Amino acid sequence: MWEYSDSVKDHFFNPRNVGVIEEPDGIGEVGSLACGDALKLMFKVDNQEKITEVKFQTFGCGSAIAAASALTEMIKGKTVAEAEKITNKDIADYLGGLPEQKMHCSVMGREALEAAIDHYRIGSTSSRIQEGKVICSCFGVTEEEIRRVIGENNLKTVEQVTNYCKAGGGCGGCHPDIEELLEERTVETTEPSLPKASLSPALRKPLTNIQKIQLVQKTLNEQVRPALQADGGDLELIDVDGNRVIIAFRGMCAQCQVSDFTMAEVVQAKLRIFVSEDIIVEEQKT
Amino acid sequence: MSGKVIYLDNNATTRVAEEVIAEMLPYLTTYYGNASSMHNFGGVLRHKIDQARQSAAQLLHCEPDEIIFTSGGTESDNTAIRGALALDQTKRHIITSRVEHPAVRSTCRELQREGYRLTELGVDRLGRLNLDELDRSISDDTALVSIMYANNESGVVFPMEQIAQICQSYGVHLHTDAVQAAGKLPINLAETPIDMLSLSGHKLHAPKGVGALFIRRGTAVAPFMVGGHQEFGKRAGTENVPSIIGLGKACELTREHLQEENGLVRALRDKLEEGLLRDCLDAHVNGDREIRLPNTTNISFDYVEGEAILLLLDRLGICASSGSACTSGSLEPSHVLRAMGVPFTSVHGSIRFSLSRYNTAEEIDTVIREMPGIIRRLRDISMFKPEQDATTTAPAERKPQLWASDKMGG
Repeated sequence: MWEYSDSVKDHFFNPRNVGVIEEPDGIGEVGSLACGDALKLMFKVDNQEKITEVKFQTFGCGSAIAAASALTEMIKGKTVAEAEKITNKDIADYLGGLPEQKMHCSVMGREALEAAIDHYRIGSTSSRIQEGKVICSCFGVTEEEIRRVIGENNLKTVEQVTNYCKAGGGCGGCHPDIEELLEERTVETTEPSLPKASLSPALRKPLTNIQKIQLVQKTLNEQVRPALQADGGDLELIDVDGNRVIIAFRGMCAQCQVSDFTMAEVVQAKLRIFVSEDIIVEEQKT
Repeated sequence: MSGKVIYLDNNATTRVAEEVIAEMLPYLTTYYGNASSMHNFGGVLRHKIDQARQSAAQLLHCEPDEIIFTSGGTESDNTAIRGALALDQTKRHIITSRVEHPAVRSTCRELQREGYRLTELGVDRLGRLNLDELDRSISDDTALVSIMYANNESGVVFPMEQIAQICQSYGVHLHTDAVQAAGKLPINLAETPIDMLSLSGHKLHAPKGVGALFIRRGTAVAPFMVGGHQEFGKRAGTENVPSIIGLGKACELTREHLQEENGLVRALRDKLEEGLLRDCLDAHVNGDREIRLPNTTNISFDYVEGEAILLLLDRLGICASSGSACTSGSLEPSHVLRAMGVPFTSVHGSIRFSLSRYNTAEEIDTVIREMPGIIRRLRDISMFKPEQDATTTAPAERKPQLWASDKMGG
């Protein structure tokens, strides 16, 4: 069982402001049934833009319900401009902290608040978090959203990113992309970064064919297949011909409609990092 | 939480039977010897261990020298799978199922990383295996089939006699993880050609940290633990005497209670299941209700989340478990329910109740009485309602859409 603070328990067992506002001034809805949690936030404002009434509905675990309840208490009586400054960390702090793996509940709260404020201002529910390229298609998380949780919470690892916004918590195919976003941040925030010569495949000695095949196999085994297998899929290395790597998807991956453009790309990205920058991945269709 | 606990999580672990504790106690206090010692103080314990071995053998209908004691189900599974493969390196293919306990699943996947070819057999919507698929998957290269006897989450029982016949006809070794089945179903190794079978003490009212592995005479298994001659040289380490004695007693009790497990416990389970399905709307059973462990029911309460249900149950002292993502420590819901293609509307709200002979009709009545209020309360907070089409709110999935076709068909 999770270690929940007394405040989390209180807000879960006695959630405040549950329900629906018939004609809300702002309404935001994030998450989905498929993801395992979702939050709908509604508010009304007076002529000073002060939030006078707020309600929520949540499908989710204990901390998702608690985070939503806490958020409603936090924004009630604030102006929209004041409410807008609330971060996911503020929500977690208000609750006396959340278990690390549950931080995404606080992020969901902040996302719903922003969506509701956007709706209030521009009359559209499409929130800013949905802009930009989708990085994690399992949970529908965009590049912008990942950048934001990394920045606001000073995240360092893929695991943390997953804890905070779920990105990377499904098939794992987007881990290289998340790593890239984490690195981007490191480059921005740290002193001149060391060139990572040791990691760059371009600077390594050229590989013999056997070495290349072995390295491709090793990379697939260690970096790609565990994530696929977690989803009941798999892939097999069919051939390596110069820079062309031919693979075949197995199990659930073979039936997956989107596998040809996403998975091959993921595999290719991995192999380019670990083997050689000019690798081209092709899928053998049966 | 009031003082009294209603424990309906017996597939996770069970209460140690009082008779078992009584049997063990002298060996934790007065008779603390080492069974391998030359002196009589230790040496007498050998006889007690033999008795325990006899009890375990009687439960499974095998010979005592086909039983080795281990630290539990996980060690038994690891020993069986790795030990059987170690002695025949020529064959490089393993067959298992997609719904195995992690002790088997992770071991097989580890072996796959080490170079073995792995086939994981799927299950249908009711959690059942397709035996034709098993038949088709076996090749000359197949070294081992490892398929669980009964599933810990759904309770679905696999047709082990038929699986054993198929494996025998190809001369392929068969291991089964019978951790959930032992004590709940009659197991007859004299008639079923299973080569190796794992059993765990704490699932049948013995303490944690002790288990057994059946290895059929003539089946070569390399030891997993080395460093001593104990357990016929197949499992080194000073015998866990008190726990082995406890396991022996638990096996004996289990044999006596097998009828009860299938009569009284089954009746309580059915009562619980019927009551919940009747009183909670949009609730349904996951898994094949016909061929199932007598103590287990896995029920999905649509449109609510399992961890939230468990927290509310816990406040009333009711213990159960869930296949929801939030209880797994990962973001993914139960691999068993996913393999069965249980839709997302249901998988997050799945609750497993697993009973034992210690449960009472009053306890079941309490759960039937409390549950509708809990579900209603969470549905009142939730924005999802049965009439809503769940698929429209789901994000673009990278995953295969397991349920889509079923849903179309009704």
